[in-house]
Amino acid sequence: MASILFIESREHFDSADGGFCAALAPRLTAAGNRVDVLLVQNGVLPARAGARDCAMAALLGAGVPVLADDFSLRERGIDPKALASGVRSCALDVVIDRLADGWTVIWH
Amino acid sequence: MKKPISLCFALMDAPFESARSTTALRLLAIAAARGCDLQVFAYEGAVLQPFAAQQRHPNAVHGHSVEEENHFLPREAIEAIAAEAERHGGRLDWVNCGLCVDERGAGEAVAGVRRGSPVDFWRMARECTNTLVIPTHD
Repeated sequence: MASILFIESREHFDSADGGFCAALAPRLTAAGNRVDVLLVQNGVLPARAGARDCAMAALLGAGVPVLADDFSLRERGIDPKALASGVRSCALDVVIDRLADGWTVIWH
Repeated sequence: MKKPISLCFALMDAPFESARSTTALRLLAIAAARGCDLQVFAYEGAVLQPFAAQQRHPNAVHGHSVEEENHFLPREAIEAIAAEAERHGGRLDWVNCGLCVDERGAGEAVAGVRRGSPVDFWRMARECTNTLVIPTHD
């Protein structure tokens, strides 16, 4: 079993492959791996409650833990309380934590 | 004495262009504050991140002087990250891809930056606890 952190910096409106993590993370989770997704930069935009984004719905529906960088949220005026249910605001430190713990960390 | 955690980062973005650069420097700053051994391989436009000739400028549109604008300079952030890492028992080893430097005339870098090749990245990735590649996106 692998432990994998995806860092998603893209979203559907600025990237044609904004669904990369949503396509991969649920399948890796279903295969028995530990998978988290961290949203950074514009990647946090679909995490707003009420945002229509099938990729985010796929992630949350599959039970993949979704984190959102608190700095990226603040930059974009997104209140952590306004995040979709299942998305948790966190500090970017989580990336260094996971790297130090030997997780595979993939930037997208 | 416990060996510090060593982390390798590959960066590709030129300064002042992408939020990825900001996030990359934030990650390096967090790791530096933990005393990590940081090994950075800068490729393509990223070799300009520590470019020594970066200068602050005024902002005429907003009527700001150079001092008021206080423009962010990546070279200063990199120097601060190196100092922070050393303060906490770590270090920053920043390698600029030599060919990328020559293409861009970016040979003048802040202290501590050295010239290398992708072989250095391979060596860093082999030796470090873990590696994060932050690629460009166009």
